[in-house]
Amino acid sequence: MAKTILAVDDSSSLRQMVAFSLKAAGYQVVEAVDGQDGLEKAKLQTVDLVLTDQNMPKMDGLTLIKSLRGLPGYQKTPILMLTTESSEDMKTKGRAAGANGWLVKPFDPQRLIEVVKKVIG
Amino acid sequence: MTIDISQFYKVFFDEAEELLAEKERLLLAVDIDSPDPEDLNAIFRTAHSIKGGASTFGLNDMSEVTHVLESLLDRIRKGEMALTGQHVDAFLAAKDILKMQLDGHRNGADVDQEAVANVRMMLHDLSEGVIVPTHQPTVPSFLHAEQKQQVTEGAHRYKIELLDLAKRDVDALVDELGLLGRVSVVPLAAGRTALIIMTHEGLDDIIAICSFVLDPNDLKIFEAPPLTPEQRAREAAERARIEDEQGYGFFDPADPVDAGAEEPPEDELGYGFFQPIEQIRREAGIVAEAPPPAPVRPEPLEITEVAAEKKAAKKSGEGSHAQGAESSSIRVSIEKVDQLINLVGELVITQAMIEQRSDGLDPMVHQRLLASVSQLTRNTRDLQEAVMSIRMMPMDFVFSRFPRMVRDLAGKLGKKVDFITNGAATELDKGLIERIVDPLTHLVRNSIDHGIELPAARVAAGKSESGRLFLSAAHQGGNIVIEVADDGGGLNRDRILAKAKQNGLPVSDNMSDADVWQLIFAPGFSTAEIVTDVSGRGVGMDVVKRNIQALGGTIDIRSARGFGTTILISLPLTLAILDGMSIRSGDEIYILPLGFVVESLQPARADVKEIHGQGRVVKVRGEYLPLIPLYQMFNIEPRITDPCEGILVILEAEGRKAALFVDELVGQQQVVVKNLEANYRKVAGISGATILGDGGVALILDVGALLRSSRQLSDESVIS
Repeated sequence: MAKTILAVDDSSSLRQMVAFSLKAAGYQVVEAVDGQDGLEKAKLQTVDLVLTDQNMPKMDGLTLIKSLRGLPGYQKTPILMLTTESSEDMKTKGRAAGANGWLVKPFDPQRLIEVVKKVIG
Repeated sequence: MTIDISQFYKVFFDEAEELLAEKERLLLAVDIDSPDPEDLNAIFRTAHSIKGGASTFGLNDMSEVTHVLESLLDRIRKGEMALTGQHVDAFLAAKDILKMQLDGHRNGADVDQEAVANVRMMLHDLSEGVIVPTHQPTVPSFLHAEQKQQVTEGAHRYKIELLDLAKRDVDALVDELGLLGRVSVVPLAAGRTALIIMTHEGLDDIIAICSFVLDPNDLKIFEAPPLTPEQRAREAAERARIEDEQGYGFFDPADPVDAGAEEPPEDELGYGFFQPIEQIRREAGIVAEAPPPAPVRPEPLEITEVAAEKKAAKKSGEGSHAQGAESSSIRVSIEKVDQLINLVGELVITQAMIEQRSDGLDPMVHQRLLASVSQLTRNTRDLQEAVMSIRMMPMDFVFSRFPRMVRDLAGKLGKKVDFITNGAATELDKGLIERIVDPLTHLVRNSIDHGIELPAARVAAGKSESGRLFLSAAHQGGNIVIEVADDGGGLNRDRILAKAKQNGLPVSDNMSDADVWQLIFAPGFSTAEIVTDVSGRGVGMDVVKRNIQALGGTIDIRSARGFGTTILISLPLTLAILDGMSIRSGDEIYILPLGFVVESLQPARADVKEIHGQGRVVKVRGEYLPLIPLYQMFNIEPRITDPCEGILVILEAEGRKAALFVDELVGQQQVVVKNLEANYRKVAGISGATILGDGGVALILDVGALLRSSRQLSDESVIS
């Protein structure tokens, strides 16, 4: 069965591109437009991997990650931060919030798939 | 596998356009003295999102500008820098630049590279904390490229290459040199920095200042030739490239918190994991073959995995459902919508035909067919309304462009204007929305330029220092009424009359105010004392009026000397369909747009009076109205020539009323307007045509023109 990925990004162009690329690689994708939406979608179903942007309205990526870690079924789900924030600080914060890794924007779809494959096969 | 991301360009363009509009809206609303942190965050986010998209889609010029913008905004939102009016000006200018670049990518529109470089320089100066000389224009600098040239004319450009120098020292140097002129910092390779200074001072002064901070032997300084535009653009691009590298670098060595867990080569790829990948996979239950040394946990792990899979399977249907609900709108090309509207129009005609044909059927025999027909009628009407509503757009589409314009204009003219809008959610057909922009822009400009007085004049007149400009839209019956009102000086009756006489227009001193105000719609009419570059060049109100009339609308002025001017524009909601009243004159059926119809009546013989040489008038509710026999207008053979046997339809347009004499009223129906000009040619007194239920063609009367021509007829008859 195809693995499901929750992609959270407030930018519809990036989100669509991520979703398109992942679908092309054979994954199922659930899209969410901000952290809050992501959390709600996560509650509706479990997913195999979460990709989230950091800077979003309503709820940012770090808060989403922290909230997800408090949800049943999400303690161990791999979470990757997609972010243009390239500071060590942000990485430290991401790790503290419970993320498993990070991917710098901009990225090309190939690299995204490569990273996702590394994590969930 | 290759993935073509170009298909997402359009999505990004639309998105970026929305973000830019949002950014402008936020910037115009922001309180400079005590900005709301949420607003600053939101402004930052717009730049951040555009940068993210632009860099992903390889639109480097845009990502370069947004990068500088973003870092400046970041410092402001973090409180490292106070927001100033200068910042807002620069951000607005940057928004314009980004829009220009966006249009460049989207439609291949020209991009003024020098303007781009200017704005980048401006942003750069601001983020360096360099004080931009106050005589620099605060309005977007690219509008004043020539002026700017003059400022920098005669100045020397020096390039100062610094050897290995601490950031603190560079900053100190920039501050010192900032006293001499404009300084910008250009990062060089290997962590070195160069400063470019534009100044009227000599080389010695610069060296003297540098020696405060560092050993003069540690720097190389030389005069650079003034930049050609190409060079400037190239240099900007080069600088941006280097900055880019800094901004996206991210190629730090292993994560210091848990260096052992990191795979250093991954870092250079632009991603990384906080734990060994195997651990992440194992914990997530992705790797089935759990490593041997962990025999304690496999069972519960397996259970959760199965449970999760089951749950996922059960919810997958709901998941896709939620996905559909997530995006509440889709983008569809306007051609598709128009095609849909056209088809529905045809359907409406077909439906009307069926309805008409079924009219003659015996209700007892064909009861069920007739019930179906009436249901079809209802459904068709609902469908038509629903389809038409697709083309409806909120007036905000037009209104949202004005705050910026008002701000810039008022600043340019030294006026203070409070701009208030109301009814931005009012919906109007897209075609009308697009064509109302220019006339409204003209009216708003007029109000600021000629209407609202300078602060001193306002105070002298006992008014508040800042003028009020009020823009509103509201539905009124089948129309939308747009109002542009200012509390400025109002129209000057004497000056308008004087100018009209000078232009040879037929005027008299005892004309009513309403008639005097209508004079400003005459071609070439401008009473502005000074012709400014904002408005008042004589092409103006007549064009506005023509545009409004072409949209089937009317324009009306109310003004009081010293209290301001209000301009009312009334437009039909849509151009494609209209509620019509079908009337018969002779053998012909005509359609009257229902919006113009006040009432219809059969006059008493005593109410119809003949005025010698001026035709007839009819007394309706104490008011004498000119009587227009339709058969005379179109030279039709009438069945009835006595108004008391026919029907009078009282029409009102452009503030005038008249009674149209027709043979009979046929019915009331929605008609699909077919353009006559596009299919035949323009016919005076006719605004379009439609196809009737029986397949025949009926002409739609141009009520405004009809009333005007009746007036001319009677005027001529007075003269003769």
